[in-house]
Parts: sequence; structure tokens; C-alpha cells
Amino acid sequence: MTNSDRSGLDTSTPDPITPVLTRRWLSPRAWDIDVYEQLEGYAALRYALTGHPDQLIELVKASGLRGRGGAGFPTGMKWGFIPQGPTGAGAKPKYLVVNADEGEPGTCKDIPTMMADPHSLIEGCIITCYAIRANFCAIYIRGEALHPLRRVRYAVEQAYAKGYLGRDILGSGFDLDIVVHAGAGAYICGEETALLDSLEGRRGQPRLKPPFPATSGLYASPTVVNNVETIASVPAIVQGGSSWFRTMGQEKSPGPKIYSLSGHVTRPGQYEAPMGTTLRALLELAGGMKDGIPLKFWTPGGSSTPLFTAEHLDVPLDFEGAATAGSMLGTTALQIFNETVSVPWAVMKWTEFYKHESCGKCTPCREGTYWLLQILERMLHKQGTPADIETLLDVCDNVLGRAFCALGDGATSPITSGIKYFRQEFLDLCTAQPSGGVDTAAHDQLPELTGASA
Amino acid sequence: MTTSLEKPDVRPVPEGHVRLTIDGEEVDAPKGELIIRSCERLGIIIPRFCDHPLLAPAGACRQCLVEVEMGGRPMPKPQASCTMTVADGMVVKTQHSSPVAQKAQEGVMELLLINHPLDCPICDKGGECPLQNQAMSTGRTDSRFVDEKRTFPKPLAISTQVLLDRERCVLCQRCTRFSEQIAGDPFIDLLERGALQQIGVAQDKPFQSYFSGNTIQICPVGALTSAAYRFRSRPFDLVSTPSVCEHCACGSAMRTDTRRGVVLRRLAGNDPEVNEEWIPDKSRFAFRYLTSAGRITRPMVRGSDGALTETSWTDALRVAAEGLLAAREGGIGVLAGGRLTVEDAYAYAKFARLAAGTNDIDSRARPHSAEELDFLGAHVVGNGPERLSYTRLEAAPAVLCVALEPEEEAPVVFLRLRKAAQKRRQKVFHLGQWTTPAVLRTAVELGSTEPAARDGLIRAVPGAEAAVLTELADVAPHVVEALTGGGVILVGERAAEVPGLFTAAARLAERTGAVIGWVPRRAGERGAVEAGALPTLLPGGRPVADAAARAEVEQAWGLPAGTLPATPGRSTAEMLAAAAAGELAALVVGGVDPFDLPDPAVALEALRNVGFLVSLELHTSAVTELADVVLPVAPDAQRSGSYLNWEGRRVRFGPALDASGVLPDCRVLDTLAVEMDVDLFTQTPAAAANELERLGRHVGVAPPAPSVDPAEPLRPRFFGQAVLATWRQLLDESSLAVDEPALAGTARPAQLRCNPATAQRLGLVAGAPGTVRTERGTITLPVVFADLPDGVVWLPANSPGSQVRGTLGVGHGDLVGVSA
Repeated sequence: MTNSDRSGLDTSTPDPITPVLTRRWLSPRAWDIDVYEQLEGYAALRYALTGHPDQLIELVKASGLRGRGGAGFPTGMKWGFIPQGPTGAGAKPKYLVVNADEGEPGTCKDIPTMMADPHSLIEGCIITCYAIRANFCAIYIRGEALHPLRRVRYAVEQAYAKGYLGRDILGSGFDLDIVVHAGAGAYICGEETALLDSLEGRRGQPRLKPPFPATSGLYASPTVVNNVETIASVPAIVQGGSSWFRTMGQEKSPGPKIYSLSGHVTRPGQYEAPMGTTLRALLELAGGMKDGIPLKFWTPGGSSTPLFTAEHLDVPLDFEGAATAGSMLGTTALQIFNETVSVPWAVMKWTEFYKHESCGKCTPCREGTYWLLQILERMLHKQGTPADIETLLDVCDNVLGRAFCALGDGATSPITSGIKYFRQEFLDLCTAQPSGGVDTAAHDQLPELTGASA
Repeated sequence: MTTSLEKPDVRPVPEGHVRLTIDGEEVDAPKGELIIRSCERLGIIIPRFCDHPLLAPAGACRQCLVEVEMGGRPMPKPQASCTMTVADGMVVKTQHSSPVAQKAQEGVMELLLINHPLDCPICDKGGECPLQNQAMSTGRTDSRFVDEKRTFPKPLAISTQVLLDRERCVLCQRCTRFSEQIAGDPFIDLLERGALQQIGVAQDKPFQSYFSGNTIQICPVGALTSAAYRFRSRPFDLVSTPSVCEHCACGSAMRTDTRRGVVLRRLAGNDPEVNEEWIPDKSRFAFRYLTSAGRITRPMVRGSDGALTETSWTDALRVAAEGLLAAREGGIGVLAGGRLTVEDAYAYAKFARLAAGTNDIDSRARPHSAEELDFLGAHVVGNGPERLSYTRLEAAPAVLCVALEPEEEAPVVFLRLRKAAQKRRQKVFHLGQWTTPAVLRTAVELGSTEPAARDGLIRAVPGAEAAVLTELADVAPHVVEALTGGGVILVGERAAEVPGLFTAAARLAERTGAVIGWVPRRAGERGAVEAGALPTLLPGGRPVADAAARAEVEQAWGLPAGTLPATPGRSTAEMLAAAAAGELAALVVGGVDPFDLPDPAVALEALRNVGFLVSLELHTSAVTELADVVLPVAPDAQRSGSYLNWEGRRVRFGPALDASGVLPDCRVLDTLAVEMDVDLFTQTPAAAANELERLGRHVGVAPPAPSVDPAEPLRPRFFGQAVLATWRQLLDESSLAVDEPALAGTARPAQLRCNPATAQRLGLVAGAPGTVRTERGTITLPVVFADLPDGVVWLPANSPGSQVRGTLGVGHGDLVGVSA
């Protein structure tokens, strides 16, 4: 973790590792509203309420902030899509929904944010709601994340008590209610339209788009759905200004970002760095590979983003950089695997996850993940053939871009990238196949392949 | 011939259309049309499963993927053509011109098949299966899947008549979307997720929908099957005949499938003007009355020993003719029943006037009134769909149902009302006693349905409906306001049970400018009015009392002037009363169940007392038990004919089964008349129909509108008394639903309903049995609370254990005793 002793923001060019989003995390009881206020908390809100909502939207547009949930959609533009005015769709109530259904394998930035600094999220919610003119905000937290859920609920309670929420906030005449909702343990509910259906009490499955949430979201009203980290970035932008925000990161992907390092590194955890940092730089912060065993492969942004290898240590980790190198920035969840790990095994475990979490709505994802997992399991049991590798790739091709939502696409990423970089490992499993028979000992050999227990 | 020099591409795009290119062909499509529909119009069939033209797009199966270019730029992914609408300049490449689309479709098909069992040879759907067909047309030639298929225990009975084979299901959600969007009673839903996702019902809540059979028909695989049809036949062994529903006055188009002389199943036909593609389960599943044990196939004559014995047609007709000729002096009454085709009703009407020489004919085998006759003459006869149709009904901003429980009594009307409420925000009001499922489901849904539904019900004590309508401007001004300017008032046949209700409804229509329509329950009611099977109307709506109208009929029938009796005849009840009193010498009865009549005891006494009784029937009944001569008639499946539905629309059908050896009523009556030395010229339905058509409609002065003042409703006077509200449920003890246990299993349970305060006063407890009694008998049913007015109890009129008229001898609005 970073442990800068900066007590406030300035508008000078920050040090590459000077924290913004995580700057309060190490303060004792940072999650308490009193501590938060002492650390300049809710100052951005007071400032924001003095301006016109449109100015806030312009500010966020100018800052270049892009959504931190994975897709990187420009946040200000999303807010600008919300129809305003006394007639038509603008006359409907507007809603902010915060996507805190963090469930992607490897992704763990929102839960620590909510644990360590829940008020930054709440302050961001209030500013955002003021900007889009919403009087109701729902924070949808993954149901298994019980501690963050309690902490955010407590923080909301405190914010109400201090007059940051409720009627006539800080005398501005602006009203806002926040509801903290616990999901019920479905990965698909992280997809924004499935999240909205789930929030409405329906079965969580993605909705047909259009209409998009901006015009017809929660209860068919204009809705902004943003990630926790996106919203938590807003107070800093209000306080520091858009040009300050742009001093960090890249031209097209500005600002600070929390990178989550997990796996075979010496000090796994959250590392805040400007957008566009590299794994090499992050590994330095994290003390290098665990036990000095060399890096074999890693995900740049969770299991749905195609794998990288040791060749990609210097790929700039921003939206453009990751895409150019053939992957995606995703949620900047870097799962790092050393040379002891079998790629087919890891791919199989990820596929198991997607098969378990496929919502079942569309054919490619539902049936594709079911099939892919069986092939991979068979290969891991040394009952695969080289033809299976081609089948895997072709089934992935039939799922990618054919599924209803991005979950199906994500499910193919580990498989196609795994085969792309490590085809020989898959082939090796096939050649180990005894000729003409089933390997009865296959099950016993599985643990040896894993190596991940290292 | 035109010799335009203009190139085709400078042709202007029609208003409201866009121009796009599909597989290289330029096509104009209306804005908002889905790509898959535009392709259909070009004859390009894109495979699909979840897509259904009458359901909202889902995009779930992903089978219909095509390549799309917008503004010259290809979209990165193939698009679902069932969810994407056309746009100007769009270029669509289907599987026929795009290798990407073709591979995407083959890929999805292969995925759909990995978990689908290869049990086509034993599957009901095999041979007419969209999955089978499309797998052949667009699938790969082989599958690469060598692993384990997902299996489920099978079949799962989600109701007594719908069975679910989950492993066959492709999860297109047509069934759940139908239940939610069309029928509005989502008993079935998706459960679990991923590969384990499945259709299912809640525990102890089976698929008790009146429309559940439609899900079997739209299931694109063999996942939903009919318990009655399962494993009975192969589609390619069936002979299909277009048919029409005989169970209600909706006039639904259907298809009857037969094999070797037996009807094996019936399906919904597609008539966009009438039933779209939906029919209620009774229409679909109730047809075994054709082969039931009680079916009469030979004429029978009562011998001197008092027993009915089968005999020849010649003998039976001779005995019948002799008996009727002898009785002519003392008077012959004709009870024609409500299930006749137009042609048969006309034959009865003509038989009564010529052979029996009387206007004593009535097709109303149910509670009826003189006010009703005035209403039918003034507001119903002669009208057709050009005045009030399903389309017009759907477009109306507001509809008021009076003495009509649409889901129970006219299910297809109910579906239209629900569709209009959902899609056009039509306000549907019900003048009734409690918030029935139909009231709830025709309420405009805005968030919570409860308050909206309450607005939809105008509650009246049984018997007070007419008074409420008369004072509607005070009682419910919002209803009057909504009806003004294009509203529709639908009046059910039960209005005859409340004096003044027809009058009040007609006057309300006059005041508000609303169109009034009559929705009877039985298929033959509307046609009988037109054919003259009523005591006051001759064919074509000609009033009996109108000399000019009589003269027209006399001329058409080739009779000397003044032959037709000039006095209006007696109604069903009057005829029965006369017969019971020995004032009527003979009765000719066609398909009447005495227990449907206002007073079954009087009816039975009349049938016993009448000197000579001729019965034309399909099945043995209380009438045939007492008849002197029983003449079997042909069911719809074995004849041609037509009905007028409630709109006044003529819906025609031909025989689905071999018709030799059975005669339709019109032919039987024609031959009987010949034996009586009278010619009806109704040997065939076609002959009868042609003659009725030649007669045309009445053009003279319309008969006067009904004018009856509302009566004071009865009020409970003693402790333990209540006012009875009652109507029939769709699935009950009706004679045409015999021998259908699977269908009967989905009937709504017979329950006694009242509000909690009334229950407390009467000593009733929810869930415990409650007893309703008159001096004739008692009915005991479990008590359920509903929002009825105080002092009112509701019973289903003809359900198992609750034959209200037969057991209690009372009806809607009468006083009954109630106790625990």
C-alpha cells in the first residue's frame, strides 16, 4: 500500500505514486465520518453545491474521467445523456445507481474502497446526483461482501445524521436519499441492466438495449449507472479541478487508478498509480515476484481480459495501451501467475466460474460455457485431443460477439488468449494421453498440475 | 404499361418508411419494423426460436444473427435481427450472403443442440418442430459435442394438462413471455441459471391458466406437451382442417387435426381480426364429447313399454311427424338452444313458423327477459363487425363490461381487453361484485396494480347493477367521462337476470356516445338472433309484429299473405310454464340442458307433462330421458356450417371428419317437416345459408328500445341471509367439456366468496366450509375472502359441487341462507 503523508491536494503535478483515491486508507478509522471530515471530507460537496449542476457535468467531461467498471465510457458524457427539462423523459425522476457488485475473479478494488473510505463514495454519490438532478441513489453491493455492506450502511447513516443526506442538504435545497442494496450472489448482476432488473426485484438478467439506462433505466426512468471507483473519483475532481486531474495518467485515459495485484507477488494488494503505469512498475512497488519465481502469465484487468505474458511487462496499463496489446484494461485486476502454474488448469478454473455464473438467458453463453468447461476438464484429465483445441477456439468464436451481453465475450478471453500464448501446454496434455484408452488415474494427477498452492 | 426512364433508385421513399438493402436487394420497410420481418416480406427466412410476432422481442436465442452495416460501416458483431429495427441506408446480409452470419447461425444451432436430446422419433413435436426443421436448414451436418448432455427427470407435470420435458427446452422463453405479456397470469417462470436454467412453477402453484395450451403450440421444441395428446400421434399422420370454436361466442379460428376418423387435437388458427393466434384451453382441449359414452348415433323412439329403443330414421321421423301433427292444434313450442349454427337456427326458425305454425320459438336456454328481446331487436340484430369489432374494441379509449366476466365468458375478448390495457392504456371498467383475476389483469399497470384495479371495478350489489348504471354520473363520474368519446360498453347475457340493466346500459351508451355490444356466452346465440330463432323476431331481424316485415318473409318463403302468425311468441320460460300447466301439446327441443334454465324444476316438470316431446341431441341428457322421439344430430366436426360471433362476424367451417351417417339439425328438421307436409328447403347448411342471405336484413322501422325501470334489489332481511352473486366459470360442468380430466384439472376451484365482515356475521371462516341453502337444497364449498359488497356471497354457477340453479333453484340477485 502507498503510505504518503500528503494531507491534502494541490494542483501541482503529483508524484507518480502520490495517492488520490487511497490517500485516506491508512488513517485510523478513515471510514468514520469525523475522520473523513478532518481529512477534508465533504469539502468538495460544499463547493459543488455552490455551482450549477451543468457546470459539474462540464467539469467531469473536461477531466476526461472514464468509467472504472471496465468499459471505460466517458463519465461526463454518460451524465450528459440524462434528459433534463420539464417535459418528456426529462420530467421523470432520475436515478443514480452505483455498481458495487464486484465479482470478477481477481477484481478487488471497490470492496477495499468501501471498507477503508466509504464516505468518498457517498460524497461522490451526492455530487453526482446533484449534477444529474437525481433525488434517489441506490448502491448495489455484492451480497457476499458483508463487511463493506455494513460499513457503507453505517456511513450512509452517519451522512444522514450530519445532514449530508436527506432533505435540504447543507441548506442547498437539494434532497437526496441513498439506499444500500445487497445483491444475492450473481455475477451477471454486475452487468448494468441485469443489475437494474435485480434492483427492481426481478430476475437478474440483462435487458435488451436500446432503450439504454440513460433514458429508460431503473423503473424505466433516466438512470446513470457508475462504478464505485468512478464515483469515488468525483470529489477529487471537484476539489482539484479538471486540469489537475489530467496531469495524471494519459491523454485519453487521465487520472489515478487503483491497480489490484494478486497472485504470485511478494506484497499483493491495492496500488494506486496514474493511468498508463506498467506491470513492471507495479511489480517494483509490490516487491517483485514471490520467491523470485519468474512471471509466466497475468491478466491486466480480471479474468475477462485476455492474458498477457512476461513479454507484456511494459505495456502501458490504460484503456488504449491494453487494447493495442490485444487485451483490455478491464478492472485493472492484475492476477499474476508464476512458472509453476499450468495455463490449461487456470483457464479451466476460470471457465468453471463462467459456466457457474452464466445467467442462462442466451444460447451462446449458456451452452458455450457448459461445453467449453467439459472439453477443458477432459483435457485436464488427459483425455483431450489436438482436435479439441480447435474445437475450443471455434466454440469461442461462436460465443464471442454472439452472446447477449459481455459475459459471454469475457468467458472466451482466457481460453483464446491461453491457447494463443501457450498452445504447447494444451498440446502436451493431449500427447500425454495413453493411446486408445481412458486414463483412469487422471483424477489423481490433477493436483500436481495446479501448482498454485505454492 | 409505363415506360418510365427513371432509375428505380430515385423512387421516393414512401412516407413513414426507410430504404435498406437486404442481401443485395433494395427494400422499403415501415419505420420500426424488425429486420427479421422485413426479411420475411422478401421471402428470406432467418431461423429463429425466441422471436414471435405477437410477443415483445427478447433476443435470447441468438439464432437469427445477421451482419449489419450502418452508414457504410459494418457493425463489429453480428446483430440479432429479431430485436433490431430497420434504418435508412442500412445494409443487411443474412446467412444467404454473409459467411459470418451463416457461421454465427450454425454455431448457435450447434450450441442449442449440444444439450438437446436426440429423441425426435418419440417426441410429439417431431415432424413439425422448428428446431428439427431449422437444424436441417441452417445447422451443421454434424456435431462436435462428445461430452455429457444435461439431463432432467421427465416429464414434469406443470399442470394436469401441460407436461414439461426440461432437457428438450431451448429456453427461448416464448412460454413465459406469453404468460406474462398476453395472458397476464405468469404461473411459469425461469428458475436457476446457466445450463441449469429451466422453466418451472412455484411449489403448489401449478400452471392454472385458462390459456396455458397456447404455450404448447408456440413452444419451438417438444418441451411443452399436452397430457391429452402426448404420444398419441405423429404430425405427418394427421389431416388438418380449418375449423371454428364452438365453445363460446368469440368466433376463434382453429385447426382440427384428425387421424383415421378421430379428432386427436385442436390448435389455434391465425385470424388477426379475431383471436390473433390464441385460444383458451377449453377451445383447444374440449373435444372428446365427440366420442363420449353418451353420444347418440341412432334415432330412438319411446315404445309402449316406456323405454327408448333405437329405430330407423324413417320410423323415427314418422313417429315424430305424427306426434307433432297431432299436437299442432294444442300448440307446439320450439326450444332451440344456444349452440346452433346460423343455418340450424334458421331451420328451427322456419320449422316453428311453417311446420309448427307458431312464433313460440326461443333459442335462449338460460335466464332471459322480455327486456332482452327489445334490446336484441333494437341494438344487436343486423349489426356486424363494421360497427363494433375486436379491432374497434382494442382501439377504444375505455371499455365498460356489464354483466360480463370476460375471462370466464368470452376469453378472447378478455385477451383483447388486456392487450389494449397493456399496449394502449385502455381503461377497462367492470360492473360487478368483486375484483376478479380479469379485473386485476385488465387494469392499466403503473407500478402497483392494486389501486388501478380497484378503479377498474364498479361494485354493485347483485340486482342493483341497473340502478348503479343509471346513476353512474354520480357513482363513478370518471367512468362516464372515460366512455364519452369513443368508448365501448359490452353487455353480457347475464344482464337478463337484472331487470332494467339492458335499458340502463343502452341509455348510458346513448348519453356517452359509446358503442354498445352484446357478448353472449354460447356460440349460437348471436346467429340465432339473426336467423329469427326468437319469439319476436323473424329471420333478418324482422319484427314479428311488423306486417310489412312478415309480408317480406311470406313472399320469400312462397307463402300466401297472412300465413305467418302475427302475434309474438312465448319465451322459453313462458313455453315451459305453459307446458307444465298442460297448455302446450308438444315441444321440439334442440340441445337444451334443463339445468341451465331459470328454474330447472319447472323445466323438468314441463318436459314430463308435455304431451309430445321431440329431442334433437348429440348426447343423452335430461331431455332425451323424457323424450318421445330422440333424433341424433351431427357435431361440428362432422358437418359444415357457420357461426356469428359476438361481433356479428360470420365464421365458417367445413367438416373435419367423415360426415356420412350423421345429419345436421337443419337436415333433420327439413326431413321432419317433409313428413309433416311442409318444405323448409334446408336440406344442407349451404341451402339454408343461401336462403337466409337472400332474405336480407330488415330495413323498416327498428323495434323500440328497451324501457324497463331498475328494480329494487333484494336485501337480506333475516339473520343468516345473504344476496347471491353468481356466474359460470370457463372450465366447469359444461356438457361439451365432458371426458377431459386433464382440462378439468386446470379449472379454478369452486369456492364460496364473501367479504370478511359478511363472513363474520354469517359465522363463516376462511378456508373452512360454508353452506348456502334454499328450501330446494344446499351447496357447501370452502370459503374464500374477496372484496364483495356487504351481505353478498358469490358461488360459481355450474362448477363441481356448485350447480346453483339445479341445486338451489335460485340465481343472481336472489336471497339465500348462509351458514358455516
